[in-house]
Amino acid sequence: MAAVTSVLDVGALKKDFPLLTRGDGDPPLVYLDSAASAQHPQAVLDAMDVYYATTHANVHRGVYAIAEEATRQLEAARLRLGRFIGAPHPQREIVFTKNATEAINLVAFAWGRQNLGAGDVVVLSEVEHHANLVPWLMLQSELGFAIRYLPLGGDFHLDLSGIDRLVDGAKLVGVTAVSNVLGTVVDLDPIVTAAHAAGALVLVDGAQLAPHRRVDVGGSGIDFFALTGHKMLGPTGIGALWGRAELLDAMPPFLGGGEMVRDVRLDGFTPNELPWKFEAGTPPIAEAIGLGAAVDYLETVGIDAVAAHETALVDYALERLTAAYDEIRIFGPAPDPVRRSGVISFAFGDVHPHDVAQVLDQYGICVRAGHHCAKPLMRVLGVSATTRASLYLYNDETDIDALVDGLATVRKLFS
Amino acid sequence: MNELEDLYREIILDHYRSPRNRGELPVPPAHRVEGFNPLCGDEIVIFLDVRDGAVHDLRITGRGCSISQSSASMMSAAVKGRPVGEVRDLVRSFKSMMAIEELPGDDGEAPEGSDRAPVDPGTLGELGALQGVVKFPVRIKCATLAWNALVQGLDEIEEGVDDA
Repeated sequence: MAAVTSVLDVGALKKDFPLLTRGDGDPPLVYLDSAASAQHPQAVLDAMDVYYATTHANVHRGVYAIAEEATRQLEAARLRLGRFIGAPHPQREIVFTKNATEAINLVAFAWGRQNLGAGDVVVLSEVEHHANLVPWLMLQSELGFAIRYLPLGGDFHLDLSGIDRLVDGAKLVGVTAVSNVLGTVVDLDPIVTAAHAAGALVLVDGAQLAPHRRVDVGGSGIDFFALTGHKMLGPTGIGALWGRAELLDAMPPFLGGGEMVRDVRLDGFTPNELPWKFEAGTPPIAEAIGLGAAVDYLETVGIDAVAAHETALVDYALERLTAAYDEIRIFGPAPDPVRRSGVISFAFGDVHPHDVAQVLDQYGICVRAGHHCAKPLMRVLGVSATTRASLYLYNDETDIDALVDGLATVRKLFS
Repeated sequence: MNELEDLYREIILDHYRSPRNRGELPVPPAHRVEGFNPLCGDEIVIFLDVRDGAVHDLRITGRGCSISQSSASMMSAAVKGRPVGEVRDLVRSFKSMMAIEELPGDDGEAPEGSDRAPVDPGTLGELGALQGVVKFPVRIKCATLAWNALVQGLDEIEEGVDDA
């Protein structure tokens, strides 16, 4: 087996992550669940600690120094995140949310309520995470529009052969950029072209893309992009929606409260300007600053290097797993430098994924077992659950080798 | 590895590989009841034939992890042929071993639990092998899935729920 030639010095990178270099006699973690949540470099933890220890105050209110500094740091994080994903107007177009789920809900309930009704059509895909299904199903029961689905093809890519017919009459196409189950990197260009030709907007669930690939929302032609901080080395509780300024401007607010208003009278209110119009209440300030530090970390390492490293490592993993185990069945596309991410879902004979994960846990190997919040996709695949290993910049061959070795115990126990 | 061997005892793996009382019974006279764990997709279907106050026969189908399926198989072997009252006692003992105390009134009966002695797994026979599951809290739901379905089935039969 050829060794992975990586562009990253993973041994050095791992030292930046306290949880991956834990001591105290615990076995080293083999962390293969970054598609669920990534680990944090010390720099992210420090950024939040320093904020709390030196300049915590509420933002956009106080005139005193630490309040102004807190506001400055929050807005600086917005700017850095916006630039990281290629937002043309980051200071107006990046709306901080709790996570990608809330970002999608924002589009559904602010844009959707204003623009959808009976007779309208929304197009989603069969591989969507529940986060990009349930908000639309909720809104559908309220407004009565139709939902159509881009199907999964036999090669684990979306089957776009019928897309012109599917998007005909649609007002919005909502699709994930990367399947959190299959590792499929969706070819967004033909979807954007077809959607815009039909007069539909394009919402992209970028939760699994932004941590791993260069994103250029401005140049991509898409209209909305949702991401979450904790999958890209940032803390939990912070995510973002990017939207074209003119679309965000035309939308009504989502949640109401302080911060999102310019004026409030007893008979009405005037919304604030972008992006604060969509940020009701005190935002997660420390978390936004932590996300800003995570973006800095990814830029220092180089997001293209991260992508290249993961591509090399997923090729190695697929080759080792399939060579070692006849009984393994991979649910995902063939190796490909562009259209394959570092997410590996599999069935191991007929051993239930919970048993696989339980055995691997005894070796400190963290994999996910379950439906991965994509139950409709599980039905398409004809399974109730899969085991999923997912890679990030701090994984290397030793993690894959540990996974392959751990599966030998699974085989021994259950065959 | 010791914890793992505690969880996956040989008797558990034996029931997983060769489940007892696997299959279906005609409904009626049997009563059909389902148990489902939406979190992991485990499912159990029990066909329960209760006659003269006893579990005359039962068959089980379903799919899921080794713990849910072996627990169902061991349960079927333990309750077949036994009076319903004894079966309910066994369920309580089993759930107690799984560190689950029934809340007073949970099962519609008078509270009796607080001074009940802890269950000695030795008295549960083969079922004692499932005690290792307690150390893995997320798997307790797997182990109790079939038992909860069984109780539901017994309740439905007593309440005269019609299968048709």
